[in-house]
Amino acid sequence: MKTLFPQLAHRPRAAYAATAILAIALAVLPLIVGLAGNAWVRMLDFALLYVMLALGLNIVVGYAGLLDLGYVAFYAVGAYMYALLASPHLMENFEWIAQLFPDGLHSSIWMVVPLGAALAATFGVLLGAPTLRLRGDYLAIVTLGFGEIIRIFLNNLNAPLNITNGPQGISNIDPVRIAGVNFARPIEIAGFELQSVQLYYYLFLILAIGVIVVSIRLQDSRIGRAWVAIREDETAAKAMGINTRNVKLLAFAMGASFGGISGAMFSAFQGFVSPESFVLMESIVIVAMVVLGGMGNVPGVILGAVLLYAIPETLRFIAKPIQEAIFGTEVVAPEALRMLLFGLAMVVIMLYRPAGLWPAAVHGRALVPADQSGSGDAHATRPGGGETR
Amino acid sequence: MFNFDILLQQILNGLVLGSVYALVALGYTMVYGILQLINFAHGDVLMIGAMVGVSVVTLLAGSGLPGPVLLIVAILCAVPVCVLLSLFVERVAYRPLRNAPRLAPLITAIGVSIVIQTSAMIIWKPNPIVFPDLLSTTPVPIFGAILAPKQILILVVSAAMMTGLVLLVNHTKLGRAMRATAENPRIAGLMGVNANQVIAATFAIGAALAAVAGVLVAMNYNIAQFSMGFIPGLKAFTAAVLGGIGNIAGAVLGGLLLGIIESLGAGYVGDLTGGFLGSHYQDIFAFVVLIVVLVFRPSGIMGERVADRA
Amino acid sequence: MTAATSSQCVDDGTPLSHPSAMLLVNGVNKRFGGLQALSDVGMDIRRGEIYGLIGPNGAGKTTFFNVITGLYTPDSGSFVLDGQPYEPTAVHTVAQAGIARTFQNIRLFGEMTALENVMVGRHVRTRSGVWGAVLKTRAERNEEAGIRQRSLELLDYVGIGRYANFQARTLSYGDQRRLEIARALATDPKLLALDEPAAGMNATEKLSLRSLLEHIRDDGKTILLIEHDVKLVMGLCNRVTVLDYGRQIAQGEPAKVQRDPAVIEAYLGASHD
Repeated sequence: MKTLFPQLAHRPRAAYAATAILAIALAVLPLIVGLAGNAWVRMLDFALLYVMLALGLNIVVGYAGLLDLGYVAFYAVGAYMYALLASPHLMENFEWIAQLFPDGLHSSIWMVVPLGAALAATFGVLLGAPTLRLRGDYLAIVTLGFGEIIRIFLNNLNAPLNITNGPQGISNIDPVRIAGVNFARPIEIAGFELQSVQLYYYLFLILAIGVIVVSIRLQDSRIGRAWVAIREDETAAKAMGINTRNVKLLAFAMGASFGGISGAMFSAFQGFVSPESFVLMESIVIVAMVVLGGMGNVPGVILGAVLLYAIPETLRFIAKPIQEAIFGTEVVAPEALRMLLFGLAMVVIMLYRPAGLWPAAVHGRALVPADQSGSGDAHATRPGGGETR
Repeated sequence: MFNFDILLQQILNGLVLGSVYALVALGYTMVYGILQLINFAHGDVLMIGAMVGVSVVTLLAGSGLPGPVLLIVAILCAVPVCVLLSLFVERVAYRPLRNAPRLAPLITAIGVSIVIQTSAMIIWKPNPIVFPDLLSTTPVPIFGAILAPKQILILVVSAAMMTGLVLLVNHTKLGRAMRATAENPRIAGLMGVNANQVIAATFAIGAALAAVAGVLVAMNYNIAQFSMGFIPGLKAFTAAVLGGIGNIAGAVLGGLLLGIIESLGAGYVGDLTGGFLGSHYQDIFAFVVLIVVLVFRPSGIMGERVADRA
Repeated sequence: MTAATSSQCVDDGTPLSHPSAMLLVNGVNKRFGGLQALSDVGMDIRRGEIYGLIGPNGAGKTTFFNVITGLYTPDSGSFVLDGQPYEPTAVHTVAQAGIARTFQNIRLFGEMTALENVMVGRHVRTRSGVWGAVLKTRAERNEEAGIRQRSLELLDYVGIGRYANFQARTLSYGDQRRLEIARALATDPKLLALDEPAAGMNATEKLSLRSLLEHIRDDGKTILLIEHDVKLVMGLCNRVTVLDYGRQIAQGEPAKVQRDPAVIEAYLGASHD
């Protein structure tokens, strides 16, 4: 409770109340939004997926300061892993697998989630081991390259052995099944009918909360401090005995594992995956969510994820009517408009708010310099408060 | 079995491809040498050059002017547009962030790249535009291999421009100023070099090279499209790293070498892997080269001339 | 802090395997291209003493520091730390082995608070990893509390306890130096290596620093320091080595070394303040 609303740390009852209100709001959100149609609830579901992805990348970029432009690769690994383990694809293409699993290839979510995390983390270590000593911008390009390599392989591994089914992707992926409940179908609870998209909402919400809790706990831990130390001054961090290589690898692996879990969920949710979902632009969008939202700050990253997902999606609906109202016709296609605004947002925010919309609070008070020349914006702040740099 | 018949052909193709990479790599390497910034948007400058070029050529198609003249006009139009664009971007998006932590200019550069690409998509529409053949298409035989006249033109023009650049960098006052600023901006400043002007000039020269490269690429593949800048840009950056970032001779060498590697790779990868990997894996070669170089020899072939930050 | 151990005042000059030796260095050579930065440098630093490394600018003092703390690889040289052979190959193993250093141009983690800086110093002596952090196990919580407690104590010890929650980069210069020392002490070092800790300080601050260092020495720590201020060195160090152009030209008690003609010539007779 206290960490959720640090400003209310000294008024526990208010903090509890605020938390309760937030919890209730989150719980009924899909029900209210559902009245407007399933499409809108789907948006909530995707927003939650992006929140998880952004928080995962936040560990790499925000905490450890490593610029990864190929994060979508881990998302893809998780997604395709689940797709292969929970769809007819492998059975249709490999006789021996069909014989091994006469009832079809299905996987329980309890196995898939940890497996997806582990597989993605392994890829993270494989990618990170040779590359993490590179300078920031080089690391960015190399990770970008890896992301593209994964996508190209996914797109082309359909001959001579059809592993990924190439550009057509894999379909008929099992939905999530927990305790006999099939998430692809609506269920009845106490006279109420919950749609599939709403069921997925609650599942993703729980996962997202888990990711948030893990992120916050990592932040205030020995490892979290080591990450900040490396980000601030790697040589000094080494001099203090921190094995920077391993600690960076840890960041990569952890971030990757969140991507893998999100990927598996995405796969189950959509029932279909193809390389098209894992293009470079996705990696860039996720990086933007972290950087523009507020690097290293969990609420900022969540805000970034929600805004950068919701605004372009909303644009999709309103761009045409607005343009027709102003110009009489559609001047710019919604997709193009979305990209244009996105690129402009990146430039503008870096120019005017480089720490992001909601940066990490400058924890601790800053001394008002009496005799020193102005060290920028030194001014008193409350500990843990929301003052920005 | 290794097929030697096509070896020379592949090498020549590779040199043509590599010349273009070299032209663009020069832009990356010069900017990185001075600013330690990977100008993500540089590949898109190439694309704008191509789009302007194809527009000019299309516009003048019915004018009766001979092909080579149209080509020259196209280049003469593409260059100023690209130079102005590049200067604008430097002034508005990069200069204010010169002292920001390294992440910010990188994000901005990506944003700029997206804006340029999307604007091109809006202006010229998403569909590819045909770049007509302006030169004779009769292939020229060279020792058992063949090159089209336009490919020979690419080699000639690229060589000329690179020579020009080398002369400029080594024998002019501006060139000296550029080299000095790349080594140590502050001392250069103390010696009277205006860093802002030098940086602007660097961007301008890089843009001019990319503009020409853009028109040449459009001419070579008979096509121009808003998305055509990204991959060649990335590959040109790889070439710059391969040759040794910050090093002009390195950019040329890296470009040519990468072109040859890619050409040979595409030609032989099927044979080498027993048919497992087809030639659509061609794009991977550049990435693999990049990763291998950065992991094993980050200073590139000719060594890095950028001061290392502790 | 352990009970006081009196420092030794006797100098016998020969760097043998002295039982009370904390760090034995022999035959260190380091060449950078055409420049021989260190030639056959050696010394023995005894447990519980403050040992000075002095010499004109460019003599190789920081190079030597960087060698024993793993930032540079020497061309040759052998080291024995607290009776064990010591090979400073990777920088991060140095603190583990027991040498903690500060830097000539203060290298704090500016964004973090003073307390957090010192807590980072505790990293090398603690163990919780990802699982402990994520699951908030009792072991992790106890360790965190211990880290916090110890770090606060160290901040008090060096005299900046009241700035615990202040952002490190906002501290005054002198306080930043103290913070760096506190952070180094947090690694529980056997040898504290300070690179010009008094640089940029005024006379009052230097006196204060001197008393802190003596306090640290009296509590049983061994200190190696690079310093330019001759007065400070004279008053503080038990023994010194003088480097000039990468060679050691004198070794021994400060009073004796100061009168050594080779040393005087190296400094051109000018007294440094």
